[in-house]
Formats: sequence, C-alpha cells, structure tokens
Amino acid sequence: MKVEYRVYLGIGIFVLIVTVVYFFWAKEYGGAMMLFGTAGLGLLPALYLGWWKRRMDPRPEDVEEATVAENRGAVGAFPDHTIFPFVLGIGAFLTALSLVFGAWTAVIGLALIVFAATSATLESRRGGTV
Amino acid sequence: MTIAEERSELAHEPEAGGQHGPTGIYKWLTSTDHKVIGKNYMYTSLVFLMIAGAMAMIIRAQLVQPDGHIVSQQMYNELFTIHGSMMLYLFAGPFAFGGFANFILPLQIGAPDMAFPRLNALSYWLYLTGGTTMLMGFFVNGGAAAFGWVSYAPLSSYTNSPGPGPDLWIVAIILTGFSGIFTAVNLVTTAFYLRAPGMTMFRMPIFTWNMVVTGILILIAFPILTAAMVMLYADRHLGTHFFTVAGGGSPVMWQNLFWFFGHPEVYILALPYFGIASEIFPVFAKKPIFGYKGLVFATLAIAGLSTGVWAHHMYTTGTVLLPFFAALSLLIAVPTGIKVFTWIGTLWGGNLQFRVPLLFALGFLVTFTMGGFSGVMLASPPFDFAVHDTYFVVAHFHQVLAGTAIFAGFAGFYYWYPKLTGRMMREGLGKLQFWIAFIAFNMTFIPQYLAGLRGMPRRIPVYLVSDHVTFLNQVSSVGAFLTGFSFLIWLLNVWISWRRPIPAGDNPWDGHTLEWATSSPPPHHNFTSLPPIRSQRPVWDKNHPEYADYTTDHDGTPKKEVEPQ
Repeated sequence: MKVEYRVYLGIGIFVLIVTVVYFFWAKEYGGAMMLFGTAGLGLLPALYLGWWKRRMDPRPEDVEEATVAENRGAVGAFPDHTIFPFVLGIGAFLTALSLVFGAWTAVIGLALIVFAATSATLESRRGGTV
Repeated sequence: MTIAEERSELAHEPEAGGQHGPTGIYKWLTSTDHKVIGKNYMYTSLVFLMIAGAMAMIIRAQLVQPDGHIVSQQMYNELFTIHGSMMLYLFAGPFAFGGFANFILPLQIGAPDMAFPRLNALSYWLYLTGGTTMLMGFFVNGGAAAFGWVSYAPLSSYTNSPGPGPDLWIVAIILTGFSGIFTAVNLVTTAFYLRAPGMTMFRMPIFTWNMVVTGILILIAFPILTAAMVMLYADRHLGTHFFTVAGGGSPVMWQNLFWFFGHPEVYILALPYFGIASEIFPVFAKKPIFGYKGLVFATLAIAGLSTGVWAHHMYTTGTVLLPFFAALSLLIAVPTGIKVFTWIGTLWGGNLQFRVPLLFALGFLVTFTMGGFSGVMLASPPFDFAVHDTYFVVAHFHQVLAGTAIFAGFAGFYYWYPKLTGRMMREGLGKLQFWIAFIAFNMTFIPQYLAGLRGMPRRIPVYLVSDHVTFLNQVSSVGAFLTGFSFLIWLLNVWISWRRPIPAGDNPWDGHTLEWATSSPPPHHNFTSLPPIRSQRPVWDKNHPEYADYTTDHDGTPKKEVEPQ
C-alpha cells in the first residue's frame, strides 16, 4: 500500500506547488481553482491510502517474497453474467437523449434506471450469478 | 501451486476459452467478464476508427484540388468535427483503456477479473450509446455538430450552431465521459487491490503501470470536461451566460476548461500506447526492459506536468502567462526523452526479431519522436504565434496521436491477438500492411508540416492556386488513401485468420508477463495456476530458469530479485 499512497501523494504535492506558483505569478483565479481541485484529487486518495497503510499489515501483493498460497481464500465475488448493466446503460442513454428530444425519453429511461438499479441490488443480495 | 487450491470460487470452473455461461448475442449483452468486455471495446472502437477513417478519406478527397466540390462546406465542417471527435473520444482512448487494458491488465497482475465487473459492463454500454449518439447527428435536421472537436465558444452557442446535432454531440461526450470515468475507477482499483501475491507495484508490467497513471489522469480530466459540457448545454438552452460576452460570461473560459481536460487527454491517449510499446520491445529484443523505474517515474512525471500546461493551446488568446506555460510544456520533453532513451536502451544490443508487432512498435517510435520534436517547437510561443491554427499543428498532432494510436495500437493488436483468440495472424500480410502504412502515413503528414509553414490554415474546405500548397495537398491525399488501403490489408488478415486459423499456443512470442502464463484464450477467471512471481517477468523466469531475474537457494527456491543485466 506504500507505493500506491506515494503515487497519489506525489501527484497531489506536485500539483499543489504548481498551484501556488501559478496563483502568485499569473494572478488568474480560474486556472488556480482548477489546479487546486486537481491537487485535492491527489491528496484525498493519498490520505485514505495513507490512513490504511498505517493500520494494516503488508498484503501478500506488497511482499516481494510472498507465495501464491498466501492469498488463500476467496479473492472476491465476481458476477458472471447479468442483464442489468445493459438495462442501466440503455436507461442512461434514453434519459440523456431527453436533453435533445424532450422529456418523454426520460420517462422511459428513468423507469429503466430504477428497475435496473433495484434488480441489480437484489441480485447482489441473493448472491447474484456468481 | 494452483490457484484453484486457494480460490474456492475458481475451483469449479471447468470451462475454458470464455465459453462459460450464455453464448451468442445474449453473452454479448450480459457478460461481465473483463475479456468479453475488452473485446467488445476493441471491436467497437475499430468500427469507429473505420468510420472516422472514411470521413478522413472524404476530407482528403476534397483537398486534392484547390477548389474542391466533393462535399458542401457545411458537410466539410461536420465531417472534420465528427472525424476528430470519433478519433479522440471514441477510438484512440477507448481502444486502449477500454479494450487492451480491460483484457490485459487483470491478466498481467494475476487477477480473476476487474474489481467492479458490473460497472465495467455499464461503462461499455455508455460508450456504445455515446458513440451512437454522436453519429445520430448526421440524421437530424441541420446535420451533425460542425464546430470542431474542441467546440469553441461562441461558435458552439445556439445562435451560431443551432439545431439538435450539436446537442447530440454534447450528450455523446457526457455519456462517453462517464464511461471513461467508470473505466478509470475500475483500472486503478483493480491494479491496487487485485494483484497476485508477490506482484508488488514495482513488479507490475509497464503496460499496467501506464494504465494506472492513465486512470488517475482520466479521474482528473474527464469530470472537468463533463462539467464544461453541462455548462455549454445550459448556455445553449437554459439562458445562462458562462461563455457569452453579452451576458457577462467569457468565451476564453471555455478554452480554459476544455484544455484543462484536453491536454491531460493527450497523455490519456498516449500513455497506454507507450505501455504497449514498452511490453513489445523487451520481448522481441529478448532482454528485460532497460530502466524500468526510470520509465515508471517518467510516466508519473508526464502525468503531473500534463496538468499544468493546458494554456499552451491558448497562447494566441493573449490572456495567458506565456513563460509559465512554455516552461512547463518544454519540461515535458524531459520525461518523454527518458522514455525514448529507455526504449532505445532496451533494443540496444538485443537479439532483435523483426516480427510484425516489433515493426509496428518501431513505426510508433519513429513517428512519435518526429511528432514530439514538432511539439517542442510549438511549445515555444514565438513559433506557435507563427503557425497557430495552420496545417503545421494538424501534422504535429496527427503524428503524435494518430501515429501513436495506429502504430502502437496495431503493434498491440498483432502482439495480443493470439491471446485474444488463440490464433495467429499472417506474418507476410502484417509486414505488407506495416510498410504501406508507415510510408503512406508519413507521406500524408510530412507535406502538411510544409503546407502549414506556407500558411495554410486548418479546417478550410478550399484554397487558392496562388497559395502554392496544391502539390503538397495532393501528396498528402495520396498518402491518406494508401493509409486507408493498408487497413483493408489488416481486415483481410483478420478474415483469413478467422476462416483458416493457425493455432497460436499459450505463449507464441516467448512473452515475459503473466498473461502468457495462461491458455489462449484464457479460461473463465483467467488462471488455473500461477508461476512464482519473483521479478518483473515471471513467465520468462519460469521458462528460462537459467536466465531468471532472481537468485535461488541451493534447493532451487526463488530467493531474491537481481538487477537485470
């Protein structure tokens, strides 16, 4: 976790330095705000990863001498096949099209989104198609 | 040590070759397997490449004669807008971070799938529907968007670009933008949390590293683009004035927002292809990659610097701090130079095998370096003022972006096609395609540098005989047609491979990284066993223990990684 933390921290600190230099040199607020937000996008994940780094032992994938056997147990739950991402995608597509063709597409689109989100959640609770 | 022993959910997966679960169109609609989604992304983006390439053929046909009449001027505007938008938003990026990364990244780190398979499937559907939305513009009243892929204000306002076509373009960018963001979340999480034991961050293949950095850049850049699109839509329809002077807004603010996305986007498009080349050079030179950590830090440096150079696209607006942006832009040449140096160092003294993937990777190296040099020239404000918005810029970004995506993209396709399908492509046809494409591609764009230096503006459908650019345009157009022809050879190669397959075997190139440790195509959840991971190239270590990158105890137990010679 140490390297992951440092990647984000490095990006965050670098952009923060660029932000300060840009702000005082260019005196332009729009760019400075975008840079500041970008620095936050580096520093926030760095804080999260750093917080966990201190509280957990190195994982097998962080240890050079680790063997494959050390990852004993389920790696995770991986759904196999499910129609709901497709339904959700079509729902999002129709909802977005309402910006061009009027609200009627959003009525169908939002119904599909609610149906797909609910069904996918229930599928996960049942264990899905894992 | 088999993976099935420690991964209970993998122990009952007898099916191999992706034949698990539904088949046919229902498999395409419902699969959350990263390999199926990766292939979907690849094939869809290649279809978009063909459509965008056909548009480029029409554009070049229009410019063969000074006063071309192949298409109307309005249609010409629509064609170059959608050509650029499709190439950047729908081909170059998704082909790499949707296609290759989806398929290859989990395999390279020994993972059974992406971290969020359902989200991965949703990303693909948003991408496909976004691309469809963009093309729908040609079928509505008033035609497709015609304001260029950068959609500058006030040209993109409702007054100057009325009709549903531009709105469809905006919706398309929002949909594909969300698709990209979801894919980036998946890529970064997968690389951080699903690596196999022993696969430390500094043992990850360079391709995977580049995809992690690309993912971080997407998370930085794409939300800004999506927000800017919402603001543009609000200006067009909801009475806001973000980018209209009359209402107190600022058109230049659009440029700031767009390029704060747009310049990291250049590296979002390029870094994955750098990763592909970094995989191919060592395998076909029979050497470890030269300067592994240098490459990783160069990639991170490029990512960091790319966030601070957005306004080098805006030098001529007169509103930006030239020394700041010129200095940071020129600085990017340093990590990029390190990359080129390490690639040459990898090839240097290697036992080079000039197979098709290496040829395409070398083609990438040449065209990218050439385009990179003209990029350094453009980073200098005095030069940029002289050639801004001319064909010099068109030639530059086509050599850098199209050259990278096409040459490194085909390099990756030929390299990983055996893993995707279990079949080989024909070597002779591949080499024929490469040589025609390489000569024709440079024939297309080198004359455009000269046309730009003679002052030919970009995005014009006609020019004058007295501009002295007719011959240059004719050479460029012939080059473009030949480049298009080279794609037909590739299609023929795919067709022959499909109709008369040559079995590839699991590791036809004697590859180094974990994707070559499993079958071709890989089984459901990827691995039935994993080799010990003790260096950056575990499969090489397993197949060539006498040249392994680690030392062993006297009983042969892997002990410690050694620095590659």
